[in-house]
Amino acid sequence: MARSEQEILEGLAEIVNEETGLDQADVQLDKSFTEDLDIDSLSMMTIVVNAEEKFGVRIPDDEVKNLKTVGDAVAFIQKTQDN
Amino acid sequence: MSSERRVVITGLGATTPLGGSIADTWAAILAGRSGARTMPFDWVSEYDLPVTFAATIHTSPETVLSKVDMRRMDPATQYAMVAALDAWADAGAPEVEPERFGVAIGTGMGGIHTLLNQWDTLREKGVRRVFPLAVPMLMPNSPSGTVSLKFGARAGAHTAVSACASGAESMGTAFEMIRSGRADIAIAGGTEAAMHPICFAGFAQMQALSTRNDDPARASRPYDTGRDGFVMGEGAAVMVLESEEHARARGARVYAAFASIGMSADAHHITAPEPEGAGASRAMQEAVARAGLSATDIVHVNAHATSTPVGDVAEANAIRRAFGDAADAMAVSGTKSMTGHLLGAAGALEGVLTALALHHRLAPATINIDDLDPQIPLDVVRGEPRVLPGGDIAALNNSFGFGGHNVALVLTSA
Repeated sequence: MARSEQEILEGLAEIVNEETGLDQADVQLDKSFTEDLDIDSLSMMTIVVNAEEKFGVRIPDDEVKNLKTVGDAVAFIQKTQDN
Repeated sequence: MSSERRVVITGLGATTPLGGSIADTWAAILAGRSGARTMPFDWVSEYDLPVTFAATIHTSPETVLSKVDMRRMDPATQYAMVAALDAWADAGAPEVEPERFGVAIGTGMGGIHTLLNQWDTLREKGVRRVFPLAVPMLMPNSPSGTVSLKFGARAGAHTAVSACASGAESMGTAFEMIRSGRADIAIAGGTEAAMHPICFAGFAQMQALSTRNDDPARASRPYDTGRDGFVMGEGAAVMVLESEEHARARGARVYAAFASIGMSADAHHITAPEPEGAGASRAMQEAVARAGLSATDIVHVNAHATSTPVGDVAEANAIRRAFGDAADAMAVSGTKSMTGHLLGAAGALEGVLTALALHHRLAPATINIDDLDPQIPLDVVRGEPRVLPGGDIAALNNSFGFGGHNVALVLTSA
């Protein structure tokens, strides 16, 4: 069953919280992973892999660099799960 | 030696099988308690291990570290961090110049849990599930690097890897950093987290471990005729070392002076000690000589004393060989009877306990000696801790590691 944007955002916020300790409420669509959330590339890999598991999608390594904001990641996951 | 700087000990910290801090650990040592217990892990019966007990950590690092830190650190690094935080607070958490602040934390096994767990993950779930921090978590310099990062210590971060001498050697590394002028203050010690079935299987296959499964608290019994091997322990211990000048300038409390380190290698056998103790005695003599002392100045020895049949005798021979009749006046303590053997953290913990013995003028008792082995010609402290003399006194701390590593530290009263 496809998840809504809000459900994906909440799921992603849980993953980011677990990896970084950031408050889930700070994980908003317009936030940049690096600039706003201070997430380094190693943490980003962990978040990507945990998101793949949680949402049953595959996020290719080439795609990760395009996921600059939380919104980018949510949109990618939403689009991929619909296919 | 006059041109070289004097080094003092201004902070102590630990997390051990006896307590989550050095204060709790020292209280348990004075009370003569054992940290050994039956292991609660499923894998003990799953692999039908011949040893079912160990001196496991008393207080989980979760009580001190955040959930995120816990996930990003191997247990070896978690323990080192807890001990470093304990020692740094004890030293008064001074403001120091980062470029004059060093770290040296050793380990015998490194991040063995991470290495093996991630190998399991790779085989069971594939490359995609391997943790991106697997390598920086498993490397043996992870504890020193992570502590350096946490405290912003930039004079250098070092890691001695010399099995059960790693902690003592690392303290020696930090001592040399300060004495030679490369740093003014340093966090130094050792850590070990090797409660994994492979370690028990490997040590058991060597016949190195006590198999007194029915009575864990009585199993570690250095110098007793009934000793049958060491009891595996885990944890970390750290001291804050400082140039005397730096410590004075900030009015720091001084536990003891770190006077010298002596080192040698046996080149005899990869695990067995050289039975006459030639290499070990050279390390002890070198340490005493480098401290500018003579054997009669040493009133207390915190011995390596692991509770193995061969090792305890070899060390006793080495002490005799090094100091002759002067050894009669040394109060010898085998604190592994209480802590178990913390491997790469052992020398660090015993260095810390030696500093406390000088500070409080109390040599800990060795527990579990029902029948002192007549092959041990030493004045072993038993029953109650023994009061050490007043005035200027010195103590020796021995550590020996597989590979033939011998490390002796000399500390003097403040």
